[in-house]
Amino acid sequence: MTLDDWILALHVLSAFAYVAGIVLFWVLVVAVRQADTPEGTIRLEPVVKVGNAAVGLGAGGTIVLGIWLAFSVGGYDIWDGWIIAAIVLWLISAEIGRRTGAAYRLGMTKAQELQTAGQTGPSAELLAHNRTSTGVLLHTLTSVVVLLILIDMIWKPGA
Amino acid sequence: MSLLAAVRPDSWNFPLFLHVLGAMILVGGLVTGASALAFARGEARLLRLGYWSLLAVSLPGWVLMRIGAQWIYSKEGWDDVPDKFRPGWLDIGVIIGDLGGLILLVSLVAGGVGVYRLREGKGPGLLRVTLVLSLVLLAAYVVAVWAMAGKPD
Repeated sequence: MTLDDWILALHVLSAFAYVAGIVLFWVLVVAVRQADTPEGTIRLEPVVKVGNAAVGLGAGGTIVLGIWLAFSVGGYDIWDGWIIAAIVLWLISAEIGRRTGAAYRLGMTKAQELQTAGQTGPSAELLAHNRTSTGVLLHTLTSVVVLLILIDMIWKPGA
Repeated sequence: MSLLAAVRPDSWNFPLFLHVLGAMILVGGLVTGASALAFARGEARLLRLGYWSLLAVSLPGWVLMRIGAQWIYSKEGWDDVPDKFRPGWLDIGVIIGDLGGLILLVSLVAGGVGVYRLREGKGPGLLRVTLVLSLVLLAAYVVAVWAMAGKPD
């Protein structure tokens, strides 16, 4: 295997980590809708951290190694339309993903506040935070954008 | 590598897309399931979440991955190539894909019994088996993705 083959393998593995993180957050989006107690919400936090690590490593790896490949592999250039499209979509997905995290962070913060105050029972306000429709919409948009990146990477329009 | 991308006919793209998307969903379900099972520390809700992630996410992902794999395998004409001429990366992918499916089924059966026993107030022992198998699968699929993407000789 050449260095570029290794970089390509790591680039694809990064893409898998990115999508795995998004899938993990979909499961949490569904699971947290039933969580109306601070304990039930906070218990999900270690899984959230795994998702954050997967998305962080995946997003970082795809863009850095992807740009490396664009410069290094013969026949591709950084200004190719499909590569520019991928970079733009990546930036959009990163920003929407950040906003999704912020929307769901409200529920976790509320759960920690309630627990600190000694309120361990069900909370309608916490449940409302955990069922954020903005969060669901943003995560749907992130998923669609990442799906478009995958389509772009496979079809390579214009290449 | 660029040559391969350039000569890949358009008709191969959709099966490849299904294969990759299915594999990504499979890995996502495994990461979720393994994380929930690992951090549950005996808590029933998180144990069930881990099991259902494997059943409702990883299993459909595996099916989609396998359908896409067979489709692209056939499109690329590997059916007509004698085994001894097949590249190593392809064998790695096929073996891990199929054996992984079998291990996934075993882990789901063990987990299903584990979830049932949990409902009966018994311990989560079998779900630990599911966790270990999920981690083994995850490691195996990382190797498979590396082999399919890097295509070592």
